[in-house]
Amino acid sequence: MTRIGVFICHCGHNIASTVNVEEVVEYAKTLPGVAYAGHNLYSCSEEGLGSIKRSIKENDLDRVVVAACTPRTHEPLFRRACEQAGINKYLFEFVNIREHCSWIHAKEPKEATEKAKKLVAMGVAKAALLKPQTEGESAVLPAAVVIGGGLSGLAATSSLVEQDIETHLVEITDRLGGLLCDVTTVGPEGKDARALIEEMVRRIEASPKAHIHMKARVSEVKGFIGNFEVTINDCDGPVKVPAGAIIVATGTRELVPTGEYGFGRYPQVITQLDLEKRLAKGERPNRVVFINCVGSRQPGREYCSRVCCNVTLKNALKLAKASPDSRIHVIHRDIMSSGIAAEKLYKETSDSGVKFLRYGLESPPEVIGDGDGVKVLVFDETLDETIHLEADLVVLAVPMVPPDDSETTAKLLKVPRDKFGFFLEAHVKLRPVEFATDGVFICGSARWPVSARECIWQGMAAAAKASIPIKEGKVVIQAITAEVDPDKCAACGNCVLACPYEAIEIVEQDGRRAAKVNEAQCKGCGTCVAACHNDAISQKGFTSNQLTAMIDALVKSALEASR
Amino acid sequence: MKRAVVIGGGIAGIQASLDLADRGFEVHLVEKSPSIGGHMAQLDKTFPTNDCSMCILSPKMIMCADHANIKLHTYSEVEGVSGDFPKFKVTIKEKARYVDVTKCTGCGDCIAKCPVKVPWEFEEGLAQRKAIYLPFPQAVPRKVTIDGDHCRMIQSKKCGVCKKVCQAGAIDYDQKDRYVEVDTSAIIVATGFELMDTSVMSQYCLGVCKDVVTSLQLERILSASGPTGGHLARPSDHQEPKKLAFVQCVGSRDSHTHGYCSSVCCMYATKESILAREHAPGLEATIFYMDMRATGKGFQEFVSRARQNYGVRYIRSRPAKVQSPEGGSGVLVSYETRGLSGESVTEEFDMLVLCPALIPSKGAKELSKTLGIDLDEDGFIDTPDLARPVDTSRKGILACGFISGPIDIPDSVSQASAAAARAAELIEGGDR
Repeated sequence: MTRIGVFICHCGHNIASTVNVEEVVEYAKTLPGVAYAGHNLYSCSEEGLGSIKRSIKENDLDRVVVAACTPRTHEPLFRRACEQAGINKYLFEFVNIREHCSWIHAKEPKEATEKAKKLVAMGVAKAALLKPQTEGESAVLPAAVVIGGGLSGLAATSSLVEQDIETHLVEITDRLGGLLCDVTTVGPEGKDARALIEEMVRRIEASPKAHIHMKARVSEVKGFIGNFEVTINDCDGPVKVPAGAIIVATGTRELVPTGEYGFGRYPQVITQLDLEKRLAKGERPNRVVFINCVGSRQPGREYCSRVCCNVTLKNALKLAKASPDSRIHVIHRDIMSSGIAAEKLYKETSDSGVKFLRYGLESPPEVIGDGDGVKVLVFDETLDETIHLEADLVVLAVPMVPPDDSETTAKLLKVPRDKFGFFLEAHVKLRPVEFATDGVFICGSARWPVSARECIWQGMAAAAKASIPIKEGKVVIQAITAEVDPDKCAACGNCVLACPYEAIEIVEQDGRRAAKVNEAQCKGCGTCVAACHNDAISQKGFTSNQLTAMIDALVKSALEASR
Repeated sequence: MKRAVVIGGGIAGIQASLDLADRGFEVHLVEKSPSIGGHMAQLDKTFPTNDCSMCILSPKMIMCADHANIKLHTYSEVEGVSGDFPKFKVTIKEKARYVDVTKCTGCGDCIAKCPVKVPWEFEEGLAQRKAIYLPFPQAVPRKVTIDGDHCRMIQSKKCGVCKKVCQAGAIDYDQKDRYVEVDTSAIIVATGFELMDTSVMSQYCLGVCKDVVTSLQLERILSASGPTGGHLARPSDHQEPKKLAFVQCVGSRDSHTHGYCSSVCCMYATKESILAREHAPGLEATIFYMDMRATGKGFQEFVSRARQNYGVRYIRSRPAKVQSPEGGSGVLVSYETRGLSGESVTEEFDMLVLCPALIPSKGAKELSKTLGIDLDEDGFIDTPDLARPVDTSRKGILACGFISGPIDIPDSVSQASAAAARAAELIEGGDR
């Protein structure tokens, strides 16, 4: 008979204000195989974890069930506590009575308590059948691949090679620096863009560990964390590069306006990047109207592209300073100059004589032809009337959008994108430069439009993350993977097709063909188990008999409750 | 062993420590208060996903405490730094907590019996703690601390109750400050921010009008583990407000106080509005703002959702005056509406939330002198080189998180990882 310990968490008021925790504890004590049941104010606190560990020893427990919040954030903590108390960490079962119960049934405390009991009964039934598992180890190749030679990719590469890590930088064009190549100065500080790129490239070129692949693209990615094989195609043909980690730094591009404000009709109407090119040539037009949020912050493309306001401010100030009789107007919806340097730039720009006019989505400005020039008609909220501005140039601040090949990159690496096509990180708050896929990292404007400074630190951050497994030299392979019973396997290949991680192949073993799971590549998703016609694959920690036991426990508990 | 010192145990310091420790370096994490966690521990939810703040932070705190490569120095301060890169010697003062942490089990018997009550920092003064206390339930490490300034035994040798009830024998009234020296080649400063004291701006009535609170106080009121158990109640009469207003840029974007933008207030006010409405269905929230700065991933959509699904009213105006109505509950807010036809309006709200300027944490100036690094004119740590964005003015000393300028949580986290990368470069690569 097993000796299961059940710990019900109050989560402060999060669970306890809805679920009657003490009642669930008393119920748990009646369940088969349960040797101890108790409760904690916060099971995840040091106190809570300590009490679980003590209880394991005092009650000689061999299985642990915690009914609390979500395994996504907290399972590693409890598994570790079990391990520290001498129980194999896979003999731990997590029951979610917060997200799955107290939070969604906040107004039905009685029913929520009953549901919590059923969930606990299911967890206990499963726990009784859990088996200890051992985790494997897999070696990590001491090299990295960085895709994209813009600022964030340069920063990532620079940091990796400065940590003595062999790094392949893959750039699709014939120049390093990405968007910055077309920009005069960067940041509110006004640093020379070319000098910045040169500094980064110099650092990289100084290292024998750096390999730069120009006019190259990644055509295939095989493998898994620690053991990727990346095919890089350049003018000399394909080369296969082994890598322990991959960093995505594919950047962004400027949206091409679709006729807004006379773009394409009047040559005077240009984008911010167009202006940058003209500024680089030394052009300093006198009468310039900037229109911000063109094609962004509106239905269809709702997001704010973060960097455009500061680019507008920087260039408006540059033009205002160029000539005492310049007339520069910025037509905007909100000025997004967050922080210290940007807000200072905003103040300096308004002090320099640049006029700011605010428009609403309901009354956007209008650009009309006026002889050889153009005029901008804008409703002035302060004057309560429409004013006319003559302009030599109208500069549209259009949002940054993902590059055209971002879908291809996503498919290549099997990483997700958001609804706008930007790459989706593992956790928006706490894992900003990681993908959910182990060993693949993200930085810079491929994730979200960011400033030069942010590009650099994110590139460094991705390098920090990539360097961890590479320097460790090995990664732990989690034990919750699929396993094949070769005696039942018909080698039909259904599982091979179903596996989203390319972790299964049909191999010949002892004279017969059968499916084989590469445990390092398997994510334990269970798709293959469902696809198998012969019941030949099972998933450790989620076996059929464990799941059946959970269903039986649910039915039993429901019948008892209805009696 | 290769070593780094991280100063500040908020989310930035925690992340930098974890990355360096995972990378194989020994990390000494120095935190001024009795527990790591920083401001993120006080937040109810985080924007724009409304993830529970403590739920995502607490595992990281525990990982820090459990990590074989991390040595936590809580209730400690960096007292001195000698030497230069790559050989710094850092002196850490571990302040006397009058408790033997090797014996304390965190059972709380002493807290229950302590007769002295003082305003609770973690609850932003909305509740009281004892003179012997745990800063908050999920504190790491879970060890009690005696607040020597308020303990009767420490002050006048009259009490001793905690020592009597402590079965572990952990109380030690004679404990002295301890000094620890650590040799290191890299120091990361991540000492964060604090709220400007906006009670000095008398037009906003904070401290005079009971129902004017700070945004961090509201965060505690909204928190299920907070002083009201998550019940939205205004301070004057503990009633649930029906009309709630926020004032943005209180003390920031203001040439008389702090010129800069604090970066996070537009979004957290939006978040708090949504949460308040979820706590009190039918509640009407109004946000007085200057520019609605929603520049991060999912931020603009979050604001739209607040507007459309939660009826949050955004008014672009800066209230000029806040008064207490007769009877003492609620607030009267005077503001101008826009345009030529704009007029002065005085509107009554049940409760007003100020979003104060976020300023460098206390002691930043002294610490900068100790470390020999420059501050910018606003008192944040200067990181002047765009190409080395976490380097301070002194080689080998790095900065990340809010102390190097206003920044939100994900940016603090990525910047902390960047600082870890830079520290690794410096420790391993030598003088580059």
